[in-house]
Amino acid sequence: MKVLLSLIKKEFYHIIRDKRSLLILVGMPIVQVVLFGFAISNEIHEAPIAVVAPNKSQKVLRLLERIEVSSYFHIVRFLESGGQLDEVFKEGEIKLVLLIDKDFSRDLGQRKTAKLQVIADATDPNTATTLTGYIEAITNRFAREGFSPLPVGKQMPPLIDINVKMQYNPSLRSVFLFVPGIITVILLLISAMMISITLAREKEKGNMEILLVSPLNPVVIVLGKVLPYVILALVNGWSILLLGVWLFGVPIRGDLVLIFGEMLLFVLTALSLGLFISTKVQTQQAALMISLIGLMLPTIILSGFIFPIESMPLPLQFISHLIPAKWFLIILRAIMLKGATLHYVVKETIILGIICLVLLGLAVKNFKTRLE
Amino acid sequence: MRTILFILQKEFLQIIRNKLILGMLFLMPVVQLIILGHAADYEIRHINLLILDQDHSTVSGDLVHHFKASKYFDLLPAANKYEEGLEQMQRGEADIILEIPLGLERELNRGESAEVHLTADAINGVKAGLGTKYASRIIYDYNVERGRAAGGQIITPIDLRYSNWYNPKMNYATFMVPGILVLLLTLVGAFLASINIVREKEMGTIEQLNVTPIKKYQFIIGKLFPFLVIGLMELTIGLVIGKLIFHIQYQGSLVIVYSFAVLYLIAVLGLGLLISTLSDTQQQAMFIAWFFLVVFILMGGLFTPIDSMPLWAQKLTLLNPIRYFIEVVRMVLLKGSNWMDVRWHFRSIFIAGLILNGLAVWNYRKTA
Repeated sequence: MKVLLSLIKKEFYHIIRDKRSLLILVGMPIVQVVLFGFAISNEIHEAPIAVVAPNKSQKVLRLLERIEVSSYFHIVRFLESGGQLDEVFKEGEIKLVLLIDKDFSRDLGQRKTAKLQVIADATDPNTATTLTGYIEAITNRFAREGFSPLPVGKQMPPLIDINVKMQYNPSLRSVFLFVPGIITVILLLISAMMISITLAREKEKGNMEILLVSPLNPVVIVLGKVLPYVILALVNGWSILLLGVWLFGVPIRGDLVLIFGEMLLFVLTALSLGLFISTKVQTQQAALMISLIGLMLPTIILSGFIFPIESMPLPLQFISHLIPAKWFLIILRAIMLKGATLHYVVKETIILGIICLVLLGLAVKNFKTRLE
Repeated sequence: MRTILFILQKEFLQIIRNKLILGMLFLMPVVQLIILGHAADYEIRHINLLILDQDHSTVSGDLVHHFKASKYFDLLPAANKYEEGLEQMQRGEADIILEIPLGLERELNRGESAEVHLTADAINGVKAGLGTKYASRIIYDYNVERGRAAGGQIITPIDLRYSNWYNPKMNYATFMVPGILVLLLTLVGAFLASINIVREKEMGTIEQLNVTPIKKYQFIIGKLFPFLVIGLMELTIGLVIGKLIFHIQYQGSLVIVYSFAVLYLIAVLGLGLLISTLSDTQQQAMFIAWFFLVVFILMGGLFTPIDSMPLWAQKLTLLNPIRYFIEVVRMVLLKGSNWMDVRWHFRSIFIAGLILNGLAVWNYRKTA
């Protein structure tokens, strides 16, 4: 025990002495959360669009005004005809063009169906879908308010109305969705990277051999390496969690103790992963490449942080089950945003625990206690 | 010139000799491009709908039938109480609950309009918005149908038509693959360069190099040039994968893409060099590189559109080299934009390259 404590102390000195690394380890996640919390969203504001309106009548102008004040769009250009669309799109600024039929006002006035056409730059299908959705909503409201709601015939039966309730996130803020994701990704990457690199560094410098020939038990050596990083990772995790709450108003509806427990489990999983990586490599360069290149994109893409897992092809959905970040993300979102208790996330917790044990087992099995 | 060739030979040998590095430089990007190209898909296909039919009438049965016939929803086994539904939502199983209250048919028969309730799990706002939109459309269609059966008519005041240009099938791989390619290029090609130099520092071999007659510029070129070559090779492999596996039709000129790639790699390698001059250990270099990478990636417009960021963040992305490359690759490959369309990007990346390399070389002299 005393040996372990002194090892931990040594490791802490290592971390604290290197001011630059420490600043990076503690400061960077904070900067990232702030930056991403503000910047990552899928709500689009002030998208530049162009309009073709051969006949700028009162009604057309009113519709355009609606579009302009909606804060989703900014009309930057009026085009003469639909002929120049290709060049306009190729310049890259304009994301959508609205073509208004020249008889638009007349048809609307006469209770006929007036025609509008929307052409979207679908190189980004997501933006295209979102923007056309916005346009649809605006024109629908415009039609309903200004020009008699759904003209109804004489024998028209009464309608079924719809009452929509947005549960857990009534204002549909995407920051609710993303903050838990950012916490997950940063926590995983920083934990796995830190531990795999420190261990690889000891190997590369030859210190590992010195430690191994010392009377220390290998388990103690590893524990002494891992524990300081558990604490550091937890500090990181909580600081970004609190930032999310203070800065972005993300609610924590669940139990803080439960979050703490789950976060501890996740950090241990990430550290086991890092430990496992470190047993497989000899140099820091290799450790870096695996933990950076090998982990970063799969964690961001396959964890459900940005892309919905259920949309992926089946083999990839299967792979995503192996990604620890996926399970922690489900747990964290459920506890923070839905106020779930352990009862609701028990399956995910068990899976995460199993992944943790497997990784730890692999790491221990591969940990070489002998000299090469 | 001969000196540079010798250094280049040494660097290439060092890279090729190390099987792990070599595998990671080429195999990993290929595997990742293929897997992630398939995974990066925003389209929301399976929305789990839970129906609570408390009315058990002909009308509610019809309505439920309409929902069953729709391809947008996966129906969950019906529940009896709203609380049960909410609990399923809390467990993450139900995305949308449709509640048909008792007395729906009675009210309609009395000639009053009646209400059904939709509850959406709005943590994922996009999914909630889309799901309620689909559900509303089904109910609207049902209204129209009932109206028609009774001899009435609903005229839509405005008819809105869409066309989606350049990617009419709304294929996400077409959009994501070029972007992911840019990322992998940045990850493997450029940031390894910084580690590579710091490694010489950490091992002390840089001092040996410093006392040889090798000039600084020869050393820097010798260090960076191999990664430029590797980067271009990876770009080529990636473009072939995009064509063969993802069937992307390249519209524009590849000459523009390659020219831009060279300028881009020079700029990012400059950044790598700058990082290496600022750090003493590989660990530090890595942390700094990691920070920049995550910021660049998440703010490069690859996953979430730059248009959706607040204005100040959009301004910040002007400093992000990845942003320019992603835009150029998408514009040229997918839309067929020409030199004039991307001249602004060329200018920006050229200036970025000048500044980054200038700073790096200046700093390098001072510290070495």
